Amino acid sequence: MTAYLLKRLIIALATLVLASMVVFAVLEIIPGDPARLMLGLNASADQVEVLRNQMGLNAPLALRYLHWAGGLLSLDFGRSYTYSVPVIDLVRERVVVSLPLALIALALSTIIAIPVGLYSASRRGQAGDTIAMGATQFGVAVPNFWFALMLIYLFAVWLRLVPAGGFPGWSAGVWPALKSLLLPSVALALPQAAILARVARSALIEVLNEDYIRTARAKGLPYRAVLWRHALRNAMIPVLTILGLQFAFLLAGTIIIENVFYLPGLGRLVFQAITQRDLIVVESVVMLLVAAVIAVNLIVDLSYAVVDPRLRSRQ
Amino acid sequence: MSLLEIENLSLAIGDTPILKAVELSVAPGEVMGLVGESGSGKSMTALTVMQLLPFAARASGRVSFDGIDILAASEDQMCALRGDDIGMVFQEPMTALNPVKTIGEQVAEGIRWHTRSSRAEAEERARKMLDRVDLPAALFPLSRYPHELSGGQRQRVVIAIACALKPKLLIADEPTTALDVVLQAQILDLVRDLVAENRMGLLLISHDLAVVTEMADRITILRHGEVMEAGDTARTLSEQLHPYTRQLAQASMHVPARPKAHGAGQGKPLLEVEGVTRDYPGRRASLFKRAAPVRAVDEVSLSMAPGQSVALVGRSGCGKSTLARMILALDKSTSGTIRFRGETITGKSETELKPARRDMQVVFQDPYGSFDPRQKVEKLVAEPLHVLEKKPTPAERREMVAHALHEVGLGPRDMDKYPHEFSGGQRQRLSIARAIITRPKLVVADEPVSALDVSIRAQILDLFAELNQKLGIAYLFITHDLTVARAITDEVLVMHDGRIVERGKTSEVLDHPQSEAAKALVAAAPDLHRAIARRLQEQG
Repeated sequence: MTAYLLKRLIIALATLVLASMVVFAVLEIIPGDPARLMLGLNASADQVEVLRNQMGLNAPLALRYLHWAGGLLSLDFGRSYTYSVPVIDLVRERVVVSLPLALIALALSTIIAIPVGLYSASRRGQAGDTIAMGATQFGVAVPNFWFALMLIYLFAVWLRLVPAGGFPGWSAGVWPALKSLLLPSVALALPQAAILARVARSALIEVLNEDYIRTARAKGLPYRAVLWRHALRNAMIPVLTILGLQFAFLLAGTIIIENVFYLPGLGRLVFQAITQRDLIVVESVVMLLVAAVIAVNLIVDLSYAVVDPRLRSRQ
Repeated sequence: MSLLEIENLSLAIGDTPILKAVELSVAPGEVMGLVGESGSGKSMTALTVMQLLPFAARASGRVSFDGIDILAASEDQMCALRGDDIGMVFQEPMTALNPVKTIGEQVAEGIRWHTRSSRAEAEERARKMLDRVDLPAALFPLSRYPHELSGGQRQRVVIAIACALKPKLLIADEPTTALDVVLQAQILDLVRDLVAENRMGLLLISHDLAVVTEMADRITILRHGEVMEAGDTARTLSEQLHPYTRQLAQASMHVPARPKAHGAGQGKPLLEVEGVTRDYPGRRASLFKRAAPVRAVDEVSLSMAPGQSVALVGRSGCGKSTLARMILALDKSTSGTIRFRGETITGKSETELKPARRDMQVVFQDPYGSFDPRQKVEKLVAEPLHVLEKKPTPAERREMVAHALHEVGLGPRDMDKYPHEFSGGQRQRLSIARAIITRPKLVVADEPVSALDVSIRAQILDLFAELNQKLGIAYLFITHDLTVARAITDEVLVMHDGRIVERGKTSEVLDHPQSEAAKALVAAAPDLHRAIARRLQEQG
């Protein structure tokens, strides 16, 4: 067990280091000089050169990488080129919007997907299954921003239950803040839930054909008990895998959704930073997102071991 | 008064009829053997009694258990019966237990459900039941998971689940088919004792006449969903009045004719194995430490003459398949030498092995799993041809495939079919065709008939014998089934814990075994003659 945990942890850290190199390298080769961008078009070559030296842009590549990576470790992300404030301050402001948004969406998609998968698997081929799977097909096919627009129209414009966009800040109280995150997280969760429900259904159907399900039925357990006690836990392994993989898409989804709902989150920050060539902000936020994805997948790996005793004893 | 009474039971799945007017009864304390080949409807009869049939199945007729009309019973009534009054044991112990739950949870679950007792009480009863099936607490605490148990141990857990509440009827569907003969004898003894202790009725389903004869008071023989014959076991099988009964009995004892004997001492040996050992790395104890390596094959030496047929017998896990893989150069030995036609094959590269590969082929146990379902027979049978020196033209290739198919009793038209269009026996013919297409000198057959019904098995054994006579192919049969060894081999090697512990002429070793391992195998092997004789004797 400890060997398994240690191995997963080492793999996660190695992935993080590798990812940081890739992120750094990609932004290195993108055209566009941040120094020139900051000084404007009329600046002379000498002025640009001076600023480049000040910003450390002329140092050797490896040195700049180490400097940057070392900064990340001590939470010193550098200063934003455009806002001229420490990147960490920008991130801190935004993460309190994006993190709850992603977590609520992840929770919502799981809460929707598992019951739908159970329902469909236990009524395989019947009308209820066909309708549910038709709905998930729709959910997979339709992009989340369209859902977002429809939700705004229905709940904000027509029913006037929630605001159509913007974020009052947590200082305005928990409920108003949550209320403004509600529609965005539903819009984010629906396509994810649709995929997850389909995975859960097929995993359950496969498990329901296993011999041990028949053994459980032969014990006299009713079908529902067999489904919950025996099938669900075995079907969790593929569901967890997809859940981990989806988290990356969920983060990518926040960039779009935050723009649709005018939420001051990391997604909007990175989007603006890209258009303004604020590379240091882009690098930092991307690294943060990478770290989040790796952390979630590490948690998924660890939860495999919780679900499956065979993984615990294999060392 | 019968405990279970099946009258005029017919069953169809969709439009396919499965059972036709089946009659069967089990009295309290009685053992009823239900015998038939695959697809005869044995399991479906059992699942009808449990009402665990596939959704599309429709049953008609009457099934009454202890005064309850099963076909009319509600799902709630059935749940109350299943696991309480009717227990069931299944064929495949490796997959019959939930891998994510402990054996304690799985045994206690049914007890808690039916008796509404507390967790502690249920666990105490589960513990007693596991002790009863010889899984003592010291070695098998309730917290064990199924993957930590062997196949025989898992089947004991399944039996504990089925018998935990002392059911009136136990249904055992091929409970020992997946186990080796020694384990089979142990499990059958256990079932027999449990049934006698609690005066349970037992419906024992098996394709093995010898097993059923040893166990059952009465026997019902099923074919294509119809009862062929039913009655007292000893009388039915000793008189063999029904032609199908006779056919089954003869097929299960079939010995193919092989007039030309091949033996040792005829010129150079074909295969020589000298002091071969295979170690597998031990389990990792921690990140930096491993347990001592496991020795699967230990200093084995043997030699085979051209055209000779040799059986390698032993219990599951004794290392016989590992040895076979090394002979086929599919696995590397840790030490020792293997020579084939005088040439050393150990330590050779794949290119250097090509000429040897041409002359040795393999037939596997599972005729379903060993073919790619998306390829046509022509391609599948022609697979070994890539080891030939000269690549045959497409026309030559078709000709060779047609010839090989002809030799195994299939037609040239079968070339354009897919594997799923063939029955199990025909598929095993296909694997044999694939093995002989390069005209090999040696065929290694790993349990080639153990997945087949007795009548098909007799035909396949005949085919092996015929090819041995006609083409002079030598065989190494790997099996735990002594009847196969007796039917078709000249010599037998008995393997135990990685070593060859006994060798000699097949009839001598099987009739007068010397080593403990061989004695245990022979004593445990079900034998129809012996079983009938014993039954007749018991009845006077």
